[in-house]
Amino acid sequence: MLFRTITKENFRKMVEALMENNEVIGPKWRDRDTEGNKIYRFLKLNTFDELQMDYTRSYSSPKNYFLPFKEDLSTYRLEDKDWEQEIHYTIHPRVIIGMRACDINALLKLDQVLVKSAYPNPHYVARRRNTLIIGLDHEPLEDCFCRSMNSDTAFHGFDLFLTDIGEKYFVAINSDTGYMIVNRFDAREVAEDDQRRYKEVKGRIETKFKTQVDVTIVPELMDLEFESDVWKKWGDKCLSCGSCAMVCPTCYCYGIEEHTNLTFTKATKRRVLYSCNLLDFATVAGGHNFRPEAHIRLKYRYYHQFRGFVEAFNQSLCVGCNRCGKACLAGISPKVVIDDLIETEKR
Amino acid sequence: MSLQIPHHDINLEPSMSKPPDFNRQSVLMHTERGFKSEVISIVPLTTQEKLFHIRICDPCERENFTFLPGQFVMLELPGCGEVPISISSSTSNKEFIALCVRKVGKVTGMLHRLKQGAIVGIRGPFGTHFPMEKMVGYNILLIAGGLGIVPLRSPIYWTKEHRSDYKDITVMYGAKEPGQILFDYQFEEWRKIYGLKMLTIVQEAGENWNGRVGLITELFKEVTIDPDNTFAIVCGPPVMFKFVCGHLSNLGLPRQRMFVSLERRMHCGMGKCCRCNVGSTFTCLDGPVFDYWTVMNLKEAI
Repeated sequence: MLFRTITKENFRKMVEALMENNEVIGPKWRDRDTEGNKIYRFLKLNTFDELQMDYTRSYSSPKNYFLPFKEDLSTYRLEDKDWEQEIHYTIHPRVIIGMRACDINALLKLDQVLVKSAYPNPHYVARRRNTLIIGLDHEPLEDCFCRSMNSDTAFHGFDLFLTDIGEKYFVAINSDTGYMIVNRFDAREVAEDDQRRYKEVKGRIETKFKTQVDVTIVPELMDLEFESDVWKKWGDKCLSCGSCAMVCPTCYCYGIEEHTNLTFTKATKRRVLYSCNLLDFATVAGGHNFRPEAHIRLKYRYYHQFRGFVEAFNQSLCVGCNRCGKACLAGISPKVVIDDLIETEKR
Repeated sequence: MSLQIPHHDINLEPSMSKPPDFNRQSVLMHTERGFKSEVISIVPLTTQEKLFHIRICDPCERENFTFLPGQFVMLELPGCGEVPISISSSTSNKEFIALCVRKVGKVTGMLHRLKQGAIVGIRGPFGTHFPMEKMVGYNILLIAGGLGIVPLRSPIYWTKEHRSDYKDITVMYGAKEPGQILFDYQFEEWRKIYGLKMLTIVQEAGENWNGRVGLITELFKEVTIDPDNTFAIVCGPPVMFKFVCGHLSNLGLPRQRMFVSLERRMHCGMGKCCRCNVGSTFTCLDGPVFDYWTVMNLKEAI
């Protein structure tokens, strides 16, 4: 990996230049919550000043720029008895600025499923290859447990990764496109002083992790404690609303909906992101539901994240951003559920 | 100074210019593209089930379509929906595939309204298969309950076409009532020409039923099973797996030589939608055919 530094003024020029010809996405301030904290979302930027480089956490993850909530997989022209299928892939280039290490690691996990295993998904691949990713370091929040999930640093999966070292950004460069871009804005070789400051910032970040979740034995616990009361305890609180999956940077399950227009001349096959907590997730035709109760569905959400995905890809699906914990109306978070599970095992 | 990020058009990838080949799982392809197929005939079997014979329209796509016994396809009615259906015909039949569909939901209900000549889409084949290659030199026990006979027709055709590879082949088939027995018109052929031992039983006998009455496990009284030289394929409702596979385990048949086919909700067939999640894996990729040892290790598989 190559490293350079770029002044904040030049970074501004770079973003403005990128905005001229490309769609640029970044964290924007959208609202305030009941406690007065700012709510951020990854949205299209119109001016540089909309970009909040000091944002805390975006409410939902930037995953949806790769896996939209709704996406037309194919369309059909229907004629009398016959039909013709049309498939289009999104290929317009896009830049996403300000992605956290956890969100980049989340994309790498999605890549495992959607690019690197059986049946690569062309819609996802098209978006992934046409997106330039500029990452951004931050000091962890109270409830971030990305460190426990080994997702607090990103080594690949981005083009540029920025660390704020005062009046400059320390830039890790991971692609030729990224290299070309920063070099056009007077990127400098890393000076001794820059590297010292970079290490200071990194060191400070390391000391700020407050929340820890011990996940080393969780894959085994998922089987050992499959019948545990913990699932019923938390599952009975679950409202089966699916908010957790909507904000999660790695949830990818979906449902297919097919629609026709009123004149039956056109049809659409649409993918809609789903949640394994929704009531009819595993309902088959005829009405049988393989997971009729909320606590069983909640258990399987964890089972997939901390057991099934581990078996398939030697890593858990969760990156430790705790967006699900923040979004959950019933106060269920991975931290409390897993701690409870470990506690049960000790008893 | 302006900057244009380079475009990457995935349509230009070599594999994307060809029709998809679902047997080459690792290749980037138009996974949503269905093979346009004509319904060449529809055979009503019972009040609930119809057998659809489907022929892929394009000759090249038809030639390239190969599958193994136990695999399934996603059958699509554009604008209506897509459903996973196991293939119920011979792997050597290059002209058409047979799909038996029970009218039970929205898409299958609409499929039952189709007329001969209708155009549907199929994607596939997907999933694992009954490992007929491992069974060479062994006896085969095929056990079906109800609709479970449908995916077994493919291995049955296979055994006919490779009859000398296998020793004794026994088909045990149980249905709820005589009117629900499927493919009874083929039983005589299976006995006489395929050289299979064919046993049927129903739970509730009707007026014209002279055969056996009882649960499928009753049939075990009539067959001698050599656990050291037998493979079993079991297909039916989950409750049947427990009794049948339990019985076979007690006889000493290794669980790795018993194969079952599971059913779950599916929206993609490609391990992406997660809907068919069973235990730690997916029915569409690691299934639908699992050996019984694997099933025992998958939470709530049966």
